[in-house]
Amino acid sequence: MGHSAPRIATIDGIAEEIGTLLGSMLIETVDHADELSFTVAREELANAMVALRDGAHYQQLMEIAGVDYPDRAERFEVCYHLLSVTRNHRIRVKVSTDENMPVPTVTHIWPVAGWLEREVFDMYGVVFEGNTDLRRILTDYGFRGHPQRKDFPLTGYVELRYSEEDKRVVYEPVRLAQDFRSFDFMSPWEGAQYVLPGDEKAGQAPGAPTPAPAPPPPPAAPKGDAKGGTPKTTESKSDTGAGEPANAKAAAKSDDAPVKPEEHTDEGKGTAKPEDKA
Amino acid sequence: MADYLDELEHRTDASDPTLGDTDIQNYTINFGPQHPAAHGVLRLVMELDGEIVERCDPHVGLLHRGTEKLIEYKTYLQALPYFDRLDYCSPLGMEHSYVLAVEKLLNLEVPLRAQYLRVFFAELTRICNHMLNLGSHVMDVGAMTPNLWLFEIREDCLNFFERASGARMHSAYFRPGGVHQDVPLKLLTDIADWLDTRLPRLFEDAMSLVVDNRIFKQRNVDIAVVSKEDALKWGFSGPMIRGSGIPWDIRKAQPYDVYDRMEFDVPVGTNFDCYDRFMVRVEEVRQSARIMKQCLNEIPEGPIASFDRKVVPPKRGEMKRSMEALIHHFKLYTEGFHVPAGEVYVATESPKGEFGVYLVADGSNKPYRCKIRPTAFSHLQAMDFMMKGHMLADTTAVLGAMDIVFGECDR
Repeated sequence: MGHSAPRIATIDGIAEEIGTLLGSMLIETVDHADELSFTVAREELANAMVALRDGAHYQQLMEIAGVDYPDRAERFEVCYHLLSVTRNHRIRVKVSTDENMPVPTVTHIWPVAGWLEREVFDMYGVVFEGNTDLRRILTDYGFRGHPQRKDFPLTGYVELRYSEEDKRVVYEPVRLAQDFRSFDFMSPWEGAQYVLPGDEKAGQAPGAPTPAPAPPPPPAAPKGDAKGGTPKTTESKSDTGAGEPANAKAAAKSDDAPVKPEEHTDEGKGTAKPEDKA
Repeated sequence: MADYLDELEHRTDASDPTLGDTDIQNYTINFGPQHPAAHGVLRLVMELDGEIVERCDPHVGLLHRGTEKLIEYKTYLQALPYFDRLDYCSPLGMEHSYVLAVEKLLNLEVPLRAQYLRVFFAELTRICNHMLNLGSHVMDVGAMTPNLWLFEIREDCLNFFERASGARMHSAYFRPGGVHQDVPLKLLTDIADWLDTRLPRLFEDAMSLVVDNRIFKQRNVDIAVVSKEDALKWGFSGPMIRGSGIPWDIRKAQPYDVYDRMEFDVPVGTNFDCYDRFMVRVEEVRQSARIMKQCLNEIPEGPIASFDRKVVPPKRGEMKRSMEALIHHFKLYTEGFHVPAGEVYVATESPKGEFGVYLVADGSNKPYRCKIRPTAFSHLQAMDFMMKGHMLADTTAVLGAMDIVFGECDR
């Protein structure tokens, strides 16, 4: 039986009918999940829409949706969803464009397109040629950027708050308390392309030459330079000529202080103290 | 100061006519964004000639929350509750479009009982939504009592939602593959009693105050007449297009779930005005009650969600016994299910009109693009031509008859 989504009338030969109707304006026809998509040439969009409304009786424009495919040369796709209330059928008409190429407006065919085109312009920055009222619609007054683009961050760039000092709403750059996290759940067993940490050699062909040996470690630094201020091993009391403490009180105080560096140096620099490991 | 005194005494020179002379400017006012009759945060910039509206420019987007962008970063199941919050007056109507779109991409079969439950609660949502809209419409044009009575029905509806799903408004009850939980038998019998006794009594009582009321008719009849051609051109749907005399109902024309088994009538308007739109909704409430009764008579026993364990999580009891079920549960609530690449546009008859979801999937566990087709967006755009030549006070009647909720309009 399959899914229980709205069952749209199947009209035999509708794809061919629209194909002949659109003629050279049509670029591609896709029939997926019982839904027909027609990609038309961008410059011919308005003519194609008139043909579909008058020739194929698609009276209603229900929706204009923008989609962003950053990998494509013309990254934006504008999808028009048409409905015929007499034939009880829906089709989708697509054009592709980029940031600079304008799409012809359909506001003279369906006035409802006015706001729908404004929304696509607001969200994606697609320009509609001939729309006389192409203002932003959903975003804030004075908003910058086009938020539905894939390269626009989910958090946006500015945040606003009411400032008690200024007694007004102030805009500030977004400050995130924690880094934005996004997990893609792609599985390397199911075709994910990225290299897992530690798996860098996995891509090499078997039998490949072993990687070149690691470069020799740099020559050891002269002793005493590595740690500035560390007393040299020769700086014992006998070497420096320091005399015995003047009195018993001073002797008690400095009992361990001069001795401790000597103990350190005896252990050697390479040995880590227990607390270093923790 | 001399100018001002001249003005007061109407001494103006012909080259610079000012006060009291022939050149009168239109008056521009702001209606909203905070206005009790604006049904939310709507700002209407209206140009008035006296009290006649010359131009009306709705500014929307004050409740824009970036729902579509957020959904692109959520799994298919996590995206579902966003739909409750679009049209918060009819949450299940929004969910219905979304789950059907996901199921269409997955080509997932839903058990019959789940389909009946969905239709049943979608119609309860319709009643619930219309109670709010009819009541506030009546209140916008000056009557108080019916709204209070209708809110009593709405309260009953919300209690039923709570008993079914645990939440009064944001139910998240429909899930891809079925519904979340089965309903207790007592709830169904209680709703049956309610449909037989309480709903008709309260509703017909309230409507008896309104439908033949002289003041109500004076405020609504012949206000904002929309011809059939205009209704088609402006992308109307739902009660708005039926109010314009076109018998178009997606439940009839493109039936989904078990609407093809239901018997109900589609009311249409004859005068194409605000009163017709109101009356279409009144009749829809009665028809919804009729559909719900049929559901109660016919609903079969059985599972309430698909057994496809790659989409629908197992029940808790099963998880206690089966390792497989535990793994499925874990995977479905962390990673979610993957939807095969493709794109669908699924529209259902929400209480306000055609609510569509254009879903583009790229084979991952998150929607690549989820475009929501709100009903209010198209209807509100027609406000300008519907208001032209009407009085300022008619604004509320026109807005009320449109049934606009800004959570959905602004997304």
